[in-house]
Amino acid sequence: MSSRQWVLWSVQYADAPGNPWFSWQYLRDNSDTVLSALVEHVTLTTQAVALAAAVGLPLAVLAYWFRPLTGPILALSGVLYTIPSLALLAFVAPLVGTTRPASVLIALVLYALLLIVRNALAGLNQLPAEVLDAARGMGYGRVARLFRVDLPLAVPAILTGLRLATVSTVALVTVGSLIGYGGLGDLILGGFRNNFYKAEILTGTVLCVALGLLLDLLLAGAGRLLTPWTRGARG
Amino acid sequence: MNAIDQAIVWLNDPLNWTNPGGILDRLGEHLWISFAAVAIGCLVAWPIGLWLGHTGRGGGAVVLISNVTLAIPTVALLTILPLTPLGFGRPPVILALAVFAVPPLLANAYTGVREIDPEARDAARGMGLSGRQLLTRVELALAVPYLATGFRTASVQVVATAALASFVNGGGLGQIISAGFGLGMSVGGGQILAGALLVALLALGIEGLLALLERALTPRPLRRPRRVRRRPATA
Repeated sequence: MSSRQWVLWSVQYADAPGNPWFSWQYLRDNSDTVLSALVEHVTLTTQAVALAAAVGLPLAVLAYWFRPLTGPILALSGVLYTIPSLALLAFVAPLVGTTRPASVLIALVLYALLLIVRNALAGLNQLPAEVLDAARGMGYGRVARLFRVDLPLAVPAILTGLRLATVSTVALVTVGSLIGYGGLGDLILGGFRNNFYKAEILTGTVLCVALGLLLDLLLAGAGRLLTPWTRGARG
Repeated sequence: MNAIDQAIVWLNDPLNWTNPGGILDRLGEHLWISFAAVAIGCLVAWPIGLWLGHTGRGGGAVVLISNVTLAIPTVALLTILPLTPLGFGRPPVILALAVFAVPPLLANAYTGVREIDPEARDAARGMGLSGRQLLTRVELALAVPYLATGFRTASVQVVATAALASFVNGGGLGQIISAGFGLGMSVGGGQILAGALLVALLALGIEGLLALLERALTPRPLRRPRRVRRRPATA
């Protein structure tokens, strides 16, 4: 079939009746598939963000303590962020292998890393000098000050980074469906390849966006619990 | 022969460059799609952003739009738009990418006007300029550094995201990677790596080129070292 014929045929098919954007029937019949895709999506996202935070926060602290490191660390993560997600996946996949979700995970972690490092560093560098002087005057050493003063005060900035990283990771997971580990992205692309099955595509998309917003809200709530002093000051 | 050697061999084959659907064709497609998407994004986002900044309203909406678009997977938008009355082919791909170009353009245009020194605005008003003249003669000129920053962020983002158009046969350099994955890792491994290299180099090259261009075009008095943030972090 030539490509022009293919397009004509596919347009016809996409407009055929019996292919609604949303269908309970589809959800009922495929609840297992949808659920496992959702679980895969959540697993990949949380693993990626947790790993990125575990690597990114110490990097930010390093850059905060040793100023000469700030430039290189920010530059490196900036370059990583410029590389397209598909290209990054394509770099990682042949080297790590496509039979494991690890390829997708590595690409996701590299992306989340930049957002976390950048925001955490900005938060640490913007602490008021008086507060730091007071902490020093009270006899805090470098490490004690970091955990008792610096990090708690930087929580809002760190959380901003985590929230951005989480939401964009949820969206990025879908790219992994090219190698079969895309969570809800597998539904979106599966529906597209499966004769443009709109209900499958829309279910994947809606769940994906809803998941992103839900995780964002959860993190925002966690932030409120972690920083009780900001509420007192405002209200 | 491992994937890296395969990639070098693949890139060295002149036929892979000049064949129909070869690298040069794909590069042309990639650049054309990206250019059209950024152009549409500018036409939509700049007037709205400048106007909102001028009137001082809609700041919350700008932040909201930037954040919600983060949660929408590109893959989903690329898959859904062809199934709407837009039909298949290049227009839905360009439109999907334009949607992702709008937030950085809009946010920077808005901030650019908001950040202008109120005294400059007062002086212009004192000279008898009307609201419209103020916007076109003073605010627009002073917002140029921010507009340039937004343009750069949007362009790099679109060039990077355009690689995903290959998911829906939209053309572009991503098609080389997708084709490689289609062949399987043992046969297509080299092609996947080669495609990844090309896409990454293109994104980094565009980033560098636009950075130089931005610097050259900004009037000397307006060049402020490092004060303009490249990616406004909002949450």
